[in-house]
Amino acid sequence: MSFADYLGQRWPVIGVLAVQHAEMVLIAVAVAAAIGVGVGIVVEGHPRASRVALNITGTMLTIPSFALFGLLIPVLGLGAPPAIAALVLYAIFPVLRNTVTGLASVPGAVEDAARGMGLSRWARLRLVRLPLAWPVVLTGVRVATIMTVAIAAIAAGVSGPGLGQLIFGGLARIGGANALNDALAGTLGVAVLALALDLLFVALSRLTTSRGLG
Amino acid sequence: MISGDVMIRLDRVSKHYPGQPAPAVAELSLDVPAGEIVVLLGPSGCGKTTTLRLINRLIEPSAGRILVDGEDVTRVDPDRLRRRIGYVIQQVGLFPHMTVAENIGLVPRALGWDRARIRARVDELLDLVGLSPETYRRRYPKHLSGGEQQRVGVARALAADPPVMLMDEPFGAIDPITRERLQDELLDLQARIRKTIVLVTHDVAEAVKLGDRIALFEPHARLAQYDRPAAILAEPANDFVASFVGSGAALRGLRLERVGALALEPVEVVRPGAAAVDRSARAVLLDDAGRPVRWASAGSRGAAGVAVVRTEDSVYDALDAMVRARDDAALVLDAHGDPVGALSWSTVVRRHPAGDSSPAPSFGDAR
Repeated sequence: MSFADYLGQRWPVIGVLAVQHAEMVLIAVAVAAAIGVGVGIVVEGHPRASRVALNITGTMLTIPSFALFGLLIPVLGLGAPPAIAALVLYAIFPVLRNTVTGLASVPGAVEDAARGMGLSRWARLRLVRLPLAWPVVLTGVRVATIMTVAIAAIAAGVSGPGLGQLIFGGLARIGGANALNDALAGTLGVAVLALALDLLFVALSRLTTSRGLG
Repeated sequence: MISGDVMIRLDRVSKHYPGQPAPAVAELSLDVPAGEIVVLLGPSGCGKTTTLRLINRLIEPSAGRILVDGEDVTRVDPDRLRRRIGYVIQQVGLFPHMTVAENIGLVPRALGWDRARIRARVDELLDLVGLSPETYRRRYPKHLSGGEQQRVGVARALAADPPVMLMDEPFGAIDPITRERLQDELLDLQARIRKTIVLVTHDVAEAVKLGDRIALFEPHARLAQYDRPAAILAEPANDFVASFVGSGAALRGLRLERVGALALEPVEVVRPGAAAVDRSARAVLLDDAGRPVRWASAGSRGAAGVAVVRTEDSVYDALDAMVRARDDAALVLDAHGDPVGALSWSTVVRRHPAGDSSPAPSFGDAR
């Protein structure tokens, strides 16, 4: 069966897996973004705390993904939970790093003016510092998303959902019927999904960034 | 020394930074009268900016009391205090992600004003600082020139109509021509709104021009002299003050005197085709539109036309006009543009006030 015929026949299944894949990624990134931005706000301005937080989350990235998925099985079992948990651990670092960088890059004069006009700490964060850091924070979330789309394919190794199932299944049966097509469809699907989410973030960034910036 | 209401009183205020042997500010006492511009002047590192930031508690004093409008503000909530004090800094610090209107309306928003009131206030303030609301309301800071940004900065500081404004080298980063204009605008503005303004600068000319009073700091925030600008220029309290206000002090003092306050010599007006009648007086030839053309009398030989000043101009301007016209006298016009007399070089140098035949007090004379 040619790849075109294969796609024509199997697209409903591929579509379902792609949606599962995207769901898994977006849930993980949403959780990671909440943690990353939250921790970023807390540690920003405290160089030692920032360094510790960045070192810990950065170290996560050095753990091979297959190993991390496996390590989480005893804790969370098989399927989506260990997959999402592992993805969260990977996705925190880019969000946290960009939050710290973004908040630190707010010009001193702007901060001084905001304090001088009597904005409270919370009001400064909400009205001035986070909006100014926003484009950088969003870039961090975008990087985390793209990275996570790729890593999520490995989640099939712990019976996680998503396009990884096609890749793992295909590679396990290599030589068999449609084995190559499965692997190819999974790989291309991951690439297309990453591209689509990237474009989504470009649009989101345009829509949510003040015209006064950039 | 100070009459009238005191708006800001620093009472033996000190600021020590841990690990630094000398205090940044030591036992400073200073009264700022309501409705005046007090300039904190001094060399870099003299503590003038620290002193300014003590008033709105961006820097917390180590000792002493600070009273604003009679209330000891060292005990109140600093954010609420700052909403009652306008704050303008050299780098302006406009919020780049907000429009001009949002920048100006931020403090009113924080104070819970309704939208219609904020909108009206924003337009009023833009008018006040000379920016057309229709043009500027929706612009972002990056689309404004330095001068426009600082005007918006001043408008933002005035948003909640605070009685006090603190300005930290507000025109320091602006080109000289725009700086002059902004200084003039600030004086115009102040004539209308009568705020109590504390302004930091290291520029003597700016201090003399803007200040009702000048507080001159020596290094380590020691107050060297606190007085009217004319008095500081004429009678420096010590060698430090004398050297800081510099060799041009006598000339600078002339900026503070109006031409109309000096004795003028009579001037005869000669229309085209007529001859001067009184040979002893100066005579000026006017053209058909009533504009001065040249001196008609002998003895005055302005090589570059007639030096013309108005009664409300400063004596410094009059000297400048004379030097430019290469003449030893300037024709003085009143507010309607009619000649009222001539100011001679020697009158300026000897400083005869109008209606007084004795020499003026020796203020500003070269020593």
